Amino acid sequence: MSGPAEILKSPVDLVWARPSWFRRVESKVVFGLLVLCSMVTILTTLGIVIILTFESVRFFQVSGVSPLKFVTGTDVEPPVFGILPLIWGTFLVAVGASFLALPIGLLSAIYLSEYAPRGVRAVLKPTLELLAGVPTIVYGFLALQLVTPILRSVLGPMGFQVQQFNALSACIVVGVMIIPMISSLSEDVLSAVPQGLREAAYGLGATKFEVATRVVLPAGLSGVIASAILAISRAVGETMAVVLAAGQVPNLTLNPLVSIETMTAYIVSVVGGEETPGSAKSLSLFAVAMVLFLITLLMNIISQLILNRYREVYQ
Amino acid sequence: MSGSASTNALYADKSWVRRMARPFFAVACLLATLSGVVVLAVLLGSVVMSALGRVDSRPWYDLAANLRSLVELMLRLVTNTPGESAAVSGFRVGVVSSLWLLALVALFAVPVGVGAAVFLEEYASPGRIKNFVQTNISNLAGVPSIVYGILGLTLFVRAFGFKPLALGYSIWSGALTLGLLVLPTIIIAAQEALRAVPPSLRQAALALGGNRWQTVRDHVIPAAAPGIMTGVILALSRAIGETAPVLMVTQATSLLDPPRGPNDQYVPLPLEIYNYAKFPGAEDQALAAGGILLLLLLLLSMNAVAIFLRNRYARLARA
Repeated sequence: MSGPAEILKSPVDLVWARPSWFRRVESKVVFGLLVLCSMVTILTTLGIVIILTFESVRFFQVSGVSPLKFVTGTDVEPPVFGILPLIWGTFLVAVGASFLALPIGLLSAIYLSEYAPRGVRAVLKPTLELLAGVPTIVYGFLALQLVTPILRSVLGPMGFQVQQFNALSACIVVGVMIIPMISSLSEDVLSAVPQGLREAAYGLGATKFEVATRVVLPAGLSGVIASAILAISRAVGETMAVVLAAGQVPNLTLNPLVSIETMTAYIVSVVGGEETPGSAKSLSLFAVAMVLFLITLLMNIISQLILNRYREVYQ
Repeated sequence: MSGSASTNALYADKSWVRRMARPFFAVACLLATLSGVVVLAVLLGSVVMSALGRVDSRPWYDLAANLRSLVELMLRLVTNTPGESAAVSGFRVGVVSSLWLLALVALFAVPVGVGAAVFLEEYASPGRIKNFVQTNISNLAGVPSIVYGILGLTLFVRAFGFKPLALGYSIWSGALTLGLLVLPTIIIAAQEALRAVPPSLRQAALALGGNRWQTVRDHVIPAAAPGIMTGVILALSRAIGETAPVLMVTQATSLLDPPRGPNDQYVPLPLEIYNYAKFPGAEDQALAAGGILLLLLLLLSMNAVAIFLRNRYARLARA
């Protein structure tokens, strides 16, 4: 017979009773699965780096081109494989796009964070987000169907030859494409500027214009720069709009009215070109992708460093 | 008299720049913001115009008749497969392929993305490992989509040349590639939603004896669900609109029949559009415009649902 001490278990024992066998195993299994989910992202990065490195090395072995010649040569065709015209084309589109997108994106960020009444903001922000959700192929189509004909009818009578595929139309549509990105990222940054700074400036007699341009903007400048870098890196990696608008003719030129080829467009042309697997040309796309990856990675890291520093200042 | 004049002088803006710049700058800011709305309107308008192809000389303001022919066009484009001429071709293959992709991407990317977000927000203690994973995710979000295409081509389509594991140019390859592409977006959105759940909810659940997983599963995730859903819908609509990566992981440029299962070859809607848009002929261009209209209809309605969900949720949270 059991004694009374065993029948009346202390309530403390009941509360601290070990969780059931099932709960203990479940917790462990769930934890494992969640770790696995996070590992997928690490593995993705590893996969990208390993594939690009291995295949680029293979490319340099098969083609016999030195990495230095690869990024400085001016003839894209085999056996030279100099991708300077591709880098230049990418640069041209990114710079052209930012000339359009930076001022407009920044002004609209200032409007949304400083000027817009609540109701207007509630309508405009979702609209800009819708714009950000438009697929890039649509922008490419628009460049062909709308932007280039307009450029032709405006610049043609002035004596400029505008080609069917041209860098300028690509700059315009890519610029339009990255405006929502710049404005929404910059707006987040500007809205995060402490209200006290604004109030202090108003207290000293500043106008709204002065508060916006001399207090809020300088305070949020690093964040704005970070968002601009992020948007430009998006323009660098942009593919379909550029393929359709700017064409696929490598060109080391300053003239924005002729066809050019970007790094991304080159990758598309090699994939579509039915090259034999393992040939130097089919491997070259990995080396070009490596250059593209490194450029965008560098821009992203710089942008993050700036943003982190910015956060430290205001938190 | 003299007293009020000097008071006015005190208040007056002496610099004309200061007086003029104010309204001009405000108007410039407003115009810059409105340019987005204008672009969206021009974009939709010109796509509709190109799609209808102004063969019938009806004026644009004959809205009822134009709307009717637009609906007819949409129905034709959804039901027809590529035919001999552009006039009888449609995007049935593309629509079916894209819907397959949508389903499979959701099946893969949503659990993994939410799982990773839950791990980072609810389990991982702040420190080097968490920072590393977090930095890695932000970097992945900035990798150009075409690089994901290359990853998918080597990893899923060819499996590094290891035949038994290679998925070939099937819908699986496309879905996994797009899944990896949108994973960072889903994780970041889900993290934000989880972070917005008040800690008191977790404390209450833990105080009632729930363990960490019970707390997360029964209380934190349901509370964050609208936010997570918004992020997921936006990410999926991005996956459906992407062309560059699927260009790398599909082989067929044109299929006569829509895919029947995930092992079949496929041509997603954006790729079909690209294949028509490449050619300068007026008929091809009109067909491409029709396809874009279909794609935009799909994506904009997905985005609208996402934005609606978020606004409603934000209002509930404020109340």
